[in-house]
Amino acid sequence: MSILNRPAGRRTLLGAAGAAILAPRGASAQNFAGRTIEWVIPFAVGGGSDVWARFHQPFLQAHLPGEPTVVIRNIAGGGGINGSNQFAARARPDGNMIFGTSGSTQFPFLLGDSRVRYDYNDWSPIMASPTGGAMYIRPELGVAGPQDIAKLRAATGLRFGSQGPTSLDMVPALAFELLGLDVQVVMGMQGRGQGRLAFERGETPIDYQTSSAFLSQVMPLVREGRAVPLCSWGVLDDAGEIVRDPSFPQLPSFPEFLEAATGQKPSGPAWEAWRTLFIAGFAAQKFVCVPKATPAPIQGAFRAAFDRTFAHPDYREKRGPVIGDYREVTGEPCARAYAAATQISPEVRAWCRDWLRRRFNYSIG
Amino acid sequence: MIDALLSALVALTSPDRMAYMALGVLIGYAIGVLPALGGLAGLSLVLPFIYGLDQTSALAMLVGLVAVAATADTFSSILMGIPGSSASQATILDGFPMARRGEAARALSASFLASMIGGLVGAAILTGAVLVARPLILALGTAELFMLALLGLSMVGVLSGSSFAKGLVACGLGLALGTIGAAPATAEARLDFGTLYLSDGLHLPVLVLAIFALPEIVDLARGGGTISRTAELGRGWMAGVRDIMRHWWLLLRCSSLGSVLGAIPGLGGSVTDWIVYGHAIQTEKNGQFGKGDVRGVIAVESSNNAREGGALVPTLFFGIPASGSMAVFLGGLTLIGIEAGPALIGERLDLTYAIIWSLAIANVMGTALCFATSPLIARLTTVRFGLIAPFMVVVVCFGAFNTNGDLADLLLLLAVGLLGMFMRRFGWPRPPFVVGFVLAEPMETYLYQAVQFYGSGFASRPGVLIIGALILGCIALGLRQRKLADKDEESTKQGASARPQALFALVPVVIFAALALDAARHSFLGAVFPFTIAALMLPVALYIPARLAFAKNTGALRHDAEEGETRGFWTYLGWFAALILGSVLVGFLLASILFFLAFLRVSARCSWQLTITLAVVANAALVGVAQFMTLDFPPGLLQSVVELPWPFR
Repeated sequence: MSILNRPAGRRTLLGAAGAAILAPRGASAQNFAGRTIEWVIPFAVGGGSDVWARFHQPFLQAHLPGEPTVVIRNIAGGGGINGSNQFAARARPDGNMIFGTSGSTQFPFLLGDSRVRYDYNDWSPIMASPTGGAMYIRPELGVAGPQDIAKLRAATGLRFGSQGPTSLDMVPALAFELLGLDVQVVMGMQGRGQGRLAFERGETPIDYQTSSAFLSQVMPLVREGRAVPLCSWGVLDDAGEIVRDPSFPQLPSFPEFLEAATGQKPSGPAWEAWRTLFIAGFAAQKFVCVPKATPAPIQGAFRAAFDRTFAHPDYREKRGPVIGDYREVTGEPCARAYAAATQISPEVRAWCRDWLRRRFNYSIG
Repeated sequence: MIDALLSALVALTSPDRMAYMALGVLIGYAIGVLPALGGLAGLSLVLPFIYGLDQTSALAMLVGLVAVAATADTFSSILMGIPGSSASQATILDGFPMARRGEAARALSASFLASMIGGLVGAAILTGAVLVARPLILALGTAELFMLALLGLSMVGVLSGSSFAKGLVACGLGLALGTIGAAPATAEARLDFGTLYLSDGLHLPVLVLAIFALPEIVDLARGGGTISRTAELGRGWMAGVRDIMRHWWLLLRCSSLGSVLGAIPGLGGSVTDWIVYGHAIQTEKNGQFGKGDVRGVIAVESSNNAREGGALVPTLFFGIPASGSMAVFLGGLTLIGIEAGPALIGERLDLTYAIIWSLAIANVMGTALCFATSPLIARLTTVRFGLIAPFMVVVVCFGAFNTNGDLADLLLLLAVGLLGMFMRRFGWPRPPFVVGFVLAEPMETYLYQAVQFYGSGFASRPGVLIIGALILGCIALGLRQRKLADKDEESTKQGASARPQALFALVPVVIFAALALDAARHSFLGAVFPFTIAALMLPVALYIPARLAFAKNTGALRHDAEEGETRGFWTYLGWFAALILGSVLVGFLLASILFFLAFLRVSARCSWQLTITLAVVANAALVGVAQFMTLDFPPGLLQSVVELPWPFR
């Protein structure tokens, strides 16, 4: 900077030119003007991922240099696998196609589903979007917190409505296992909303919901005394530890609850499995990705656009129903979350596959 | 409550809000009229524009779209026999024959008025539902939902036309195809032949288009001439109005039934239509249902608009979408910043009332628009069919792949279209097939879940007993109707030999056998449902070809619409297959262009000038719509080998 303050002489000019050549290209060098950027979402229109992408789309369009057109392209099928396969096959490292992942695309990859033809190691994350969930039960069970765990373990007739053995509902199913609960997992739910309906009807005494649904649908029940919240899953802090969920500050996180109930710090293969799947399914549920070979200026431009989005007052005002209170991140925290959400040790993977076979008689292809 | 209602109305009727609603109505109209697109496409078009509007305006636009799509999709169902969306399949059964008789105007005006009144009834019921919705929906447990699905299945009797055996087996076929995909209880993959495409199950819109629209198109193409046999519209606009006034009680009943059924989460929109249609058949005397009875049109059209109002109940108050378009509507609500749930009955009741009024007003607007434009559109039935046929075929194909841009959808269209053509030719009723398909998953899921939740207490629940009694009542009514009509009479079209029919009748046998074989590979929970279907259906499925081949008296079983000359049947089927197989080779867009050029020139014998003009117009429109919807055309082998410029990728 001091170079610019001195009167320009030949030396300072050379120095300035040298500095300009050597300085890293900033985001301002990248311009998307006149281009159309496709944001591939591997799910149908109107679903959670689609709404999430469409919420961000106008912001992205406005904050990318050159203000390109950003369109959402939905490629549904195979529970998210189809669209992911297609992105992996078709996307080129030129910034024209970006991808929105979700827990439902992370899980098959982590668990080694043979239909997966994509690899998170081939992608670079631009932005990470967390979410959370909370577990709750019927008041008749007489359980108010981890101190009543014996009563909960002794309870018969505990049923939980699940969307499928390899869906995000693996996380609560593993939670029940860690807590030593005897829960009959009933499959076939088409969405967590149906699971909540079953709870309200008295068919399933234990349930969990994602944070936004919990706040809008379950809190009224809690206030009427028809539901008792047990714990939230939690969120990852910057150090990678699981801490209390800011949406539910009064509820313990699951590790907290587990430790209070069992008297020991959580450990073991079941716990590792829970932790990995919790991160991939909730704490770092959605990522925006580009092919890894995409040049740094382009990646930087996307990151900067999202950073500007997060600071925008409209975003802060309207994000409630879509994102809740969770902090979307880019840069270093995003990269850390990505590593945590997309890597699994072979032992934990084998344990998960074996557990699915034992518990649900389900073999991943 | 009254002043809350009135103040919501006042807030809604400001000029710019009405303008947004009008915009939603226009988009809904355009999407509805263009066959095979349906409200789902429109909702995804509107979503980008909603962002940035205030909540009431955005709501007005969303609701306007949903309300009108259910009215406007009647055009293609009545005028062309192509379901405007899977929601309006049942309208084809009576509406299209009326158009062929030259009564298109009458059918259209009756249907628009029925739609409008149905929509208003739906809005009224939604208003009342605000108070009682939650307790009612909570009272319907999983066991009751299973019984309701069974009620839908019991309609197969009245929907079977002249041969109950064929109707039963058709229903079984639908059930069998409905089990393809992941088993609800165990997530085991059934009959998916290892493919990702089939692991999701078959897509209903593709199935509906294939089974209803394709056979009609082929049949019309062979007949030559125009859709309307008399080449006129008829003067029936006022006749339609008189029909509505004469059958007002039916109208009211079907609207209420449609609205109430639509409010039940997890039952599915298409089933509602068939239940209401079946109800109309059971309760109306001297019915000519299936042959162009205006009551069929009135019953279904009023119900499918009322259903939109009913479907808003679980969507708004529970956040559980009752259908595919409601799922997108819910997404739209979230984008606007509205959270579905108890709040919409509580502190945000004003939004609920805004939605109700939007529904009512948009219905009226949409009806007026439909009336105003229908004389123009209905002229299509007087145009030479050879000119329209390629448009219709390409539109049907577009409707099949427009959700995913997947070539496999086109192949499914061809396969099921083939099935549909033979079913039509040999007198196998197609509504039971669709009913079976739609009900397979709910039935299996709810039965399994109900047994898990209630065990043996299942059968003694009061709701189960009440609905069980309803089912028995429906079956009794249906049986009485069949006896009265003396249904085992012989068909007027016997066909030269029973052999082709008997051969086709073996197809269900093969499918049920395959079903049973596949089931044997799975665990008990994954196998019990398909195996039971196969076991129950195989005897009936074997009886049909046996009787056709060996018995002297074949009764109502024997029916072959082709009496002699069958060449046209295969020719037009061949054209269609060529389009699909061409898509496999060079991608859909190129295949479509070639198809237009070839068909118009060779089959319709048009001049080069007309051929090229129509081909250019049609395909340019196709590209435009695809661009708008951010949709890629299905690629073929050529695209994987050669890098082509857009839009031929």
